[in-house]
Amino acid sequence: MSTVSVRLPTVLRPAVNGQTSVEVAGATVGEVVDGLISKYPSLESNLVDDDGHVRKFVNVYVNDEDIRFLAQLATAVADGDEVAILPAVAGG
Amino acid sequence: MAVYSSVLDLIGRTPIVDVSQLSPNPGVRILAKLEGANPGGSVKDRIALAMILAAEKDGTLRRGITIIEPSSGNTGIGLAMICRQRGYKLKIVLPQSVTVERRQVLEAYGVEIISSPGGEGSNGAVRLAQQLADEHPEWVFLYQYANNANPTAHYETTGPEILDDVPDITHFVAGLGTSGTLMGVGSYLKQNKPAVKVYAVEPPAGEQVQGLRSLHDGFVPPVFDKWGGIELLDGKRIVRPSESLTWTRRLVAEAGIFAGISSGAALAGSAKIAEQLDEGTIVFVSSDGAWKYLSTGAYSGSIDEAIEGLGNVIYF
Repeated sequence: MSTVSVRLPTVLRPAVNGQTSVEVAGATVGEVVDGLISKYPSLESNLVDDDGHVRKFVNVYVNDEDIRFLAQLATAVADGDEVAILPAVAGG
Repeated sequence: MAVYSSVLDLIGRTPIVDVSQLSPNPGVRILAKLEGANPGGSVKDRIALAMILAAEKDGTLRRGITIIEPSSGNTGIGLAMICRQRGYKLKIVLPQSVTVERRQVLEAYGVEIISSPGGEGSNGAVRLAQQLADEHPEWVFLYQYANNANPTAHYETTGPEILDDVPDITHFVAGLGTSGTLMGVGSYLKQNKPAVKVYAVEPPAGEQVQGLRSLHDGFVPPVFDKWGGIELLDGKRIVRPSESLTWTRRLVAEAGIFAGISSGAALAGSAKIAEQLDEGTIVFVSSDGAWKYLSTGAYSGSIDEAIEGLGNVIYF
């Protein structure tokens, strides 16, 4: 079990008492997300769909790498890693 | 040198410059494709021209018609240059959070600017443009995020230019905005040289966007889905403003390339990849020059103040 810092975007901070990031334990991103949701249940509908997958408009990163191109929710995390959750936005 | 009949003939065929002095790994070359050399000053000239030509060909456009498009600036500028030449009126939905220079260039070309809330970023501009296009069916909505001419322009021009100039390319890195550059160039490279890896970089733009009610308001460009972005890309990474600025300044100081801030982000991503390889040749896209970002204070003084100055400014 590792402890990682989860960095949250402005839009989600009200759900975590205004914090910019929270510490969560877990060995994979999936466990971290579960841990986050059990601490702050109102985050659940924002982060995962009914099948437990990360929502389409949500990007999750481990040390700034998008987990969709790693092992998705099975991506392993180590102590001190930073998990970032961001909404997908447009550019151009 | 030839004499060209129109500034539009200058779009594309941009130069590639070796900036390997910036590579953290002596075994890995890093090459910059300088899209700032396009006449409108950015990579977006290519898609602006391609979208206009496609709409002319299918009969959507005729002289005097009004075009509406959401843009954080560069696509708007490319369209403005072309529309002025060809007799189309142009309205650009521009987030308030872009630099004053982008706004000034659009004004210089006679564009009507419709401001969208800065706090909603580009997503807000897309939403407002969609709404206005629905209300005005007589206007033409090119919609770069879903227009197939966008990735196709890169598939047909940028991709072949890169492979012609750099046949030994192993990695391609570009910023993710509409995803047109990555989808078009990436598809071309993988079809013609399957071993090439394609990586996206993006700013942590969603972190600060205040105007989103929830994450359900997020946006993935239809072009990304249609061109199989998830399967096409080998990786996608956030580059934070401090890294982007540091590498942008290095590009200016050590390679003499007066590049925009997203170029520094692409170079930062390239350097990260270079560290993990034994050898290779990385090509990254320098989307535009520094000119339109000077007012942010990004290019001189302390990095911390520059990050502050960048604030919520959209630079992709």
